[in-house]
Amino acid sequence: MKELLILISKDILKNRTIIAFAILLFCITWSVFILEDSNEKALHTLGNLVLMVVPLISILFSTIYIYNSTEFIELLVSQPLKRKSIWMSLFAGINVSMIFALFVSIFLPILFYSPTYLGFLIMLLAIFLSAVFISLGFLSSILFKDKARGIGFSMILWLFFALIFDGLILFFLFQFSDYPIEKPMTVIAALNPIDVSRILLLTEMDNEALMGYTGALFQKQFGSIYGKMIIVCILVLWVFIPYYFSLIKFSNKDI
Amino acid sequence: MNIEIQNITKRFNKVTALENVSTSFSSGQCIALLGPNGCGKTTMIKTILGMVIPSAGVIKVNGKNIHNDYIYRNDIGYMPQIGKYPANMTIKEVVETIRKLRKPEKDIDLELYFSFKLDEIENKKMNTLSGGTIQKVSACVAFMHNPSILILDEPTAGLDMIAMEVLKEKILKEQAKGKLILITSHQLNELEEILTHVCMMDEARILFFRSKEEIKISTQCDKLATAVYSLFKNIKS
Repeated sequence: MKELLILISKDILKNRTIIAFAILLFCITWSVFILEDSNEKALHTLGNLVLMVVPLISILFSTIYIYNSTEFIELLVSQPLKRKSIWMSLFAGINVSMIFALFVSIFLPILFYSPTYLGFLIMLLAIFLSAVFISLGFLSSILFKDKARGIGFSMILWLFFALIFDGLILFFLFQFSDYPIEKPMTVIAALNPIDVSRILLLTEMDNEALMGYTGALFQKQFGSIYGKMIIVCILVLWVFIPYYFSLIKFSNKDI
Repeated sequence: MNIEIQNITKRFNKVTALENVSTSFSSGQCIALLGPNGCGKTTMIKTILGMVIPSAGVIKVNGKNIHNDYIYRNDIGYMPQIGKYPANMTIKEVVETIRKLRKPEKDIDLELYFSFKLDEIENKKMNTLSGGTIQKVSACVAFMHNPSILILDEPTAGLDMIAMEVLKEKILKEQAKGKLILITSHQLNELEEILTHVCMMDEARILFFRSKEEIKISTQCDKLATAVYSLFKNIKS
């Protein structure tokens, strides 16, 4: 298990995609800090960026990596190794290398320019979001045997959570604006891992007042320690549940 | 060392790859698993390895049910039909990796590694190798841990004449140590001297499983390939 984890992490860190991703994100992060006049403003920009880019890269990278290592997985399965530990090592390996890439590209600039509470929160959310979307990537790569379909499904998942979900919520808010649905809607929004992270960021950025009633609701529902714990629980569940399903699928898969 | 297969059935959606197959192999035997294309040979091998999970039935290796077990694979060396390896690894890295992944560090048998002269090209990446060379790597990996059961899926396909002789010699050597060797191949003539038994499969079932002598005597043929073929025709008609 340990050997396998080291092996996979090494393999991924040599991967060109992850290196390119780290360099790109690194450039963006530095330029955001240099261009924005205050560090806090830069953190806001960075927060929004992390919410969009990290999920996309995580889900695409993990899906493609699993498909590309089909041969390697085949080799591993014929060895005296538990299937569960093979899958776990893959998951842990991708997570470790993703965290490493994030560390170099986002965490270092944050630690250098603005090692504040908000900065740490963004780092934490980046780690959580990457884990959630790696887990979703595992699920879609095990659900579809065909590579193109699997990657397509991953893209749809990302689109859904990053854009479509918000659109739907907005649609319902307008359609049922005569009814008091703000409260249930905030709860529904909290079911989306990206939205829940955004809510957490917003409540910490102290600009929810700009968002009127909904912002006040967010603050009321998620601003307390209790609310934050709920948010963290939701994120943990989002990491665990898709991964767990993919693990069960993988344990019974014919290779 | 023995493998017991009891009433194994495997269905892939609507296709039945194995239909209620039962047999048992024991140590000292060198068995050729034969049959027309798509008759379920590879599926049978993969169920023994736990790569394919049977829809019904039990497989026991050394008396232990292999379902949800993985430790028994320490005793098995497997050479796949088409060896697939991570493209960016070198030959040396592949061998090292598998050595590390096998937990109990047994004595490593690198005889094939040197007799195939893989040490001279050990820094070549896997995606630059020819099919035959990949087969050599697969063979080397299968024999490396000195396993008591060897499963070779089409070992002769793609190997050149010299490499094939080397492999045959190695198989004979291992067989003399009382190992259980299971080979699938279409080229009976090449394997005749090392085989002890023949297991014929057809349409997801086992047609017959007999020793080499028995087949030759019953069909009164001198050549194994002709004997097996006439027996196959007899049973089918």
